Amino acid sequence: MTVNPFNPSDTTDSVCCQPTAKEYTFDSVFRAICYSAALAIIVLLIYIVLEIGIKAVPSFQEFGFGFITGTTWDAVAQEFGVLPEIWGTLYSALLALVLGGVLGVSIAIFLTQDFIPAKIAVVFRTMVELLAAIPSVVYGLWGIYVLIPLLRPMSVWLNEHFGYIPFFGTELNGPGMAPAALVLAIMILPTVAAISVDALRRIPYKLREAVYGMGTTRWEAILKVILPTASSGILAALVLAFGRALGETMALAMLIGNSNQINLSLFAPANTLASLLASSFPEADNMEVQALMYAAMVLLAITFLVNVLGYRIQQFTMRKFEGKP
Amino acid sequence: MNTATITRESKTQSNTSALWAETISNANENVIDCAVDEIYYGNFLAVRNSHVPIKKGGITGFIGPSGCGKSTVLRCLNRMNDLIPGFQIKGKVTYHGSDIYAKGVDPVLVRRYIGMVFQQPNPFSMSIFDNVAFGLRLNHFKGDIAERVQLALERAALWTEVKDKLQNSGLSLSGGQQQRLCIARAIATEPDVLLMDEPCSALDPIATRQVEELMLELKKNYTVALVTHNMQQATRVADYTAFFGVDISQNGRTGRLVEMGLTEQIFNNPQQDLTKQYVAGEFS
Amino acid sequence: MTNISVPKNAPQLQKQWFERRALFNTVLTGLVWFAALLGSIPLLSVIFMLVMEGGSRLGWETLTALPPAGFDQGGGFGNAILGTLTMVAIASAISIPLGLLAAIFIGVLYPHSTTASAARFVAKTLTGFPSILAGVFTYAVLVVTTGYSALAGGIALAVLMLPTVVLAAEEALRQVPKKMSDAAYGMGCTRSQVILKIVLPTALPGVMTGILLAIAGAAGESAPLLFTALFSNYYISDLMEPTASLSILIYNFSAMPFENQIQLAWTASLTLVLIVLVFNILARLIGQPKI
Repeated sequence: MTVNPFNPSDTTDSVCCQPTAKEYTFDSVFRAICYSAALAIIVLLIYIVLEIGIKAVPSFQEFGFGFITGTTWDAVAQEFGVLPEIWGTLYSALLALVLGGVLGVSIAIFLTQDFIPAKIAVVFRTMVELLAAIPSVVYGLWGIYVLIPLLRPMSVWLNEHFGYIPFFGTELNGPGMAPAALVLAIMILPTVAAISVDALRRIPYKLREAVYGMGTTRWEAILKVILPTASSGILAALVLAFGRALGETMALAMLIGNSNQINLSLFAPANTLASLLASSFPEADNMEVQALMYAAMVLLAITFLVNVLGYRIQQFTMRKFEGKP
Repeated sequence: MNTATITRESKTQSNTSALWAETISNANENVIDCAVDEIYYGNFLAVRNSHVPIKKGGITGFIGPSGCGKSTVLRCLNRMNDLIPGFQIKGKVTYHGSDIYAKGVDPVLVRRYIGMVFQQPNPFSMSIFDNVAFGLRLNHFKGDIAERVQLALERAALWTEVKDKLQNSGLSLSGGQQQRLCIARAIATEPDVLLMDEPCSALDPIATRQVEELMLELKKNYTVALVTHNMQQATRVADYTAFFGVDISQNGRTGRLVEMGLTEQIFNNPQQDLTKQYVAGEFS
Repeated sequence: MTNISVPKNAPQLQKQWFERRALFNTVLTGLVWFAALLGSIPLLSVIFMLVMEGGSRLGWETLTALPPAGFDQGGGFGNAILGTLTMVAIASAISIPLGLLAAIFIGVLYPHSTTASAARFVAKTLTGFPSILAGVFTYAVLVVTTGYSALAGGIALAVLMLPTVVLAAEEALRQVPKKMSDAAYGMGCTRSQVILKIVLPTALPGVMTGILLAIAGAAGESAPLLFTALFSNYYISDLMEPTASLSILIYNFSAMPFENQIQLAWTASLTLVLIVLVFNILARLIGQPKI
């Protein structure tokens, strides 16, 4: 019990009083609850990894690392391998990153470097935010009924004339890598744009004054000074976007074709780890479920690796361009 | 009547004006007796050997150059420094005879009885009424809250300006008004002692004037300890003045009490050389 | 009147459009404009399709009727709307209190402790979490024992909402100026009183924004519901039964070869986008700080 050194009679007219026992107890209890909540968050991640991991163990014992190099997914023959899915995941995410990243950073530059008056910039910003708000399934629906019909004639033309280039090796007969990667790019564009805008905005005005004061053109300033200064933020945006692309499920499940093959062609159907889980889980029997859990662990591992890699790259650019230790 | 508590061997208490000796011998008039031996922030010795009694019913001003520890000592009086990590105090701060840094004393309790006004006006983001009533509600005041709020605002010289807009947000007031609101908030619960840490430094001259006049009024009902970087303010307002200096002798800037006494004596007849230089404006 | 004679080698101050630097500038500016317009096309196309294809069926009938079977005409997705709202409500009931309390700990109470750093790291890691894995996790934990249910769907959504709530709330709490909490301490508040009476109310607009954005995201999710809540053609009657949701309905109907179902998929998409938009707009409006 806390000591009250004050004699109440010394402060007669005063309203002051000591905190009640109830207030002290509430304080301790409340702080304990907050601590438990923070612990719960940490425990949650551990629990998730453990839960999926444990359920994946039987499959890991059965297939070992051959799982990662195997190329068939046959529930009947009990043969499981996810190499095509890993390929599809990385290929689609990479394509999306290139397209979405370039577009996103360009839009960020467009919005922050005085290319348009502020009022119009607000319109574009709103549009970017709207893009982010549209749910994944809706993009999938749009992809099926708008994008694929649009791409098909293009794919035929490209295949006819440039079929020797592996990227155009096949025609688009329905779902495939191209529409999936395009939709994925559209979905990660807002992330890249929003975080890059933040990074560019954070550049102090003094720096821009200094650069323009030297007589650079707008683009010289942007390319030589402003972008490098914002590079760690922009890189963070790209890494985050890549991570999101890796984990995206629904739009890809609807657009990528769910075909377990490895093909460089942009127009061939493919599969990703996430879409594999989405399409196979509902009908899976016990054996297949375990294999799917293994696949889930692979996806987790890839996502985690990308996060760590991204963090390292960020550290590096921060050191190089911003002089932070 | 314990003269021993004050005239113990503190290395800094060196002024010997008879008037001062007589005043401090009325030790039961000391609301707070702050006897600091050492204050550390981590490994940094911030203040040493400062014994500052705060007399009841008067304004005690702390003056000195920046970095001399006056704010640090002030914040010791209500244990606000506890919020700063690495803070450590060696010494005793007695409030009505009990050491507030003794084991088992809860700082929350101390701060209920000792109010504080900060350098930057910091009203809560609620209505003016709720701001002033905050302390009353916190202390489970069962009487007429509106009456007390009005009294506090009147004493803070803010009532006439805000009486028609008590429901407006406290943040909608001007800087000077916000500071007076913070004063009203602090005095609403009628604390024993009011600590004021450079309350006018963020205000324009007119608002400063108003707050200084306010302090002279507050003196009638409250005991005030005031830190100010403006020594003219001390001459205008403080009854007793404590002058702090900076000691760079031991690698680092350690603050310490140089001299303390009645304001007229410190400014017209300072005993220490350092004090003489400071009040002559040779450094600030 | 003095005649200022221009020295022979005075620099040309007028920009020549064909100069390399100027040309470079123009080309890149053109590219950036192109990028901006290119980025707008999908959005406009999606909005166009939603309104054209989905708008025609939007009405009270569609919003309350049950989904049609194979060759049926008419029908609607009333149960899906209710299912989505129910599961989002469950998810909110779990993630908001938990997230807020955790945010208070890592943002205000002990922000520099190892627990806080760990929790912050976990939250950041979980934001990029593949949404299907939330479904897989909930399947492994709940569905294997209690079967497909709305509750499982809600829990999976909660796992996805949690990181957003924690990080947004922490950011909002840290924005509260230190001098305000100093004032509260100065008045003799206990730590929980400082937080509950001053810091949290002041940070509330920012916290609400984060919560509303998390809700908007959860409403649009489909992957986690695939094998937790499954689907149902009836209105929800029991939290432990599978239930319909707008996102799963769209997913299911999009693959059906029936004109009726495909049209309904568009209308459901329009409805879902409108719901998500409402929450986004609310988040924007509430985010206006108090004076």
